[in-house]
Amino acid sequence: MSIAVCRNLTKRYGHITALKNINLEIEGGKIIGLLGPNGSGKTTLIKLMSGILTPDEGDALICDEKIGVNTKKIVSYLPERTYLNDWMRAKDIINMFSDFYRDFKADTAYEMLKKLNINADDRLKTMSKGTREKVQLVLVMSREAKLYLLDEPIGGVDPAARDYILKTILNNYSEDASVIISTHLISDIEPVLDDVIFIKEGNMVLHSTVDEIREKNNKSVDALFREVFAC
Amino acid sequence: MPWVFDDSTPIYQQIIEQVKLRIAIGEYRAGDKLLPVRELASEAEVNPNTMQKALAELERDGLLYSQRTAGRFITENQNSIEGLKTSLAVERAKAYLSRMEMLGYDNRGALEELRKFIGG
Repeated sequence: MSIAVCRNLTKRYGHITALKNINLEIEGGKIIGLLGPNGSGKTTLIKLMSGILTPDEGDALICDEKIGVNTKKIVSYLPERTYLNDWMRAKDIINMFSDFYRDFKADTAYEMLKKLNINADDRLKTMSKGTREKVQLVLVMSREAKLYLLDEPIGGVDPAARDYILKTILNNYSEDASVIISTHLISDIEPVLDDVIFIKEGNMVLHSTVDEIREKNNKSVDALFREVFAC
Repeated sequence: MPWVFDDSTPIYQQIIEQVKLRIAIGEYRAGDKLLPVRELASEAEVNPNTMQKALAELERDGLLYSQRTAGRFITENQNSIEGLKTSLAVERAKAYLSRMEMLGYDNRGALEELRKFIGG
């Protein structure tokens, strides 16, 4: 069974077509990089798969289910912006997530916070931007979901924390689950990816394994990206 | 030895080379048990599937063997380990000669330079 299938997925904002006819199939156990320049449609695709946006044409299935209430139970989504109330303490949010999601593991969340030296009694508003991002990722990765959708998870944090976050992602998805990561920081995440998807102006222009790209082109995904999207 | 990857070749091939080197220099010793795939992947900061692919290939080459429940181990066959060392030495010798060739030295000239350097 595929974890996710998109069929002719199309999304328009007024007269702008943000995504055109995306056809995509994602197997279990994969980490996929969703890559493209600013405004190419990465976030739109992630929002469609998480059920926050509805498509204008086509549809998407997660574990054979049409996107809706049931798929939210198995999709763990990290938005590019924070939506948590900043007066809350990390532990309050952990409690809230425990109420919201049946697959949320509070123990895992506390353990990760400890490793990152984040005090669960601290309020979000007293934390730096990077620390807040870490808290959000901890929450998202503490769910035992089938599909993780991570929109720019490493953009705002320092390189050391970036390494820890990538390790967190590697260690916390189960073997049959898949992870989609959108980012600009390709060289940082390239070693952890199975596959990459390039999108350009709303079109999917490449879906390939990282090994294939390196074998065929003798260059890294990062180098290929710079070539495909040269300005 | 830290795991380091460059941009030119697929990462699983680079893992294979680095595991071979670790065996050759004795960092991994005959009969040593390897960490589980996930932990190794996390240590190297690579995808678990990539690590799995590399280890499977090393197993096919006879440098690793697995025991169903106990995990994966470094070969205990000394001949394989010696053979590995020899082939890595040959690779390095070839690389030296080809770099010297770029400077205009033939094999004999390259050897002469090496002799001079080590004072032999």
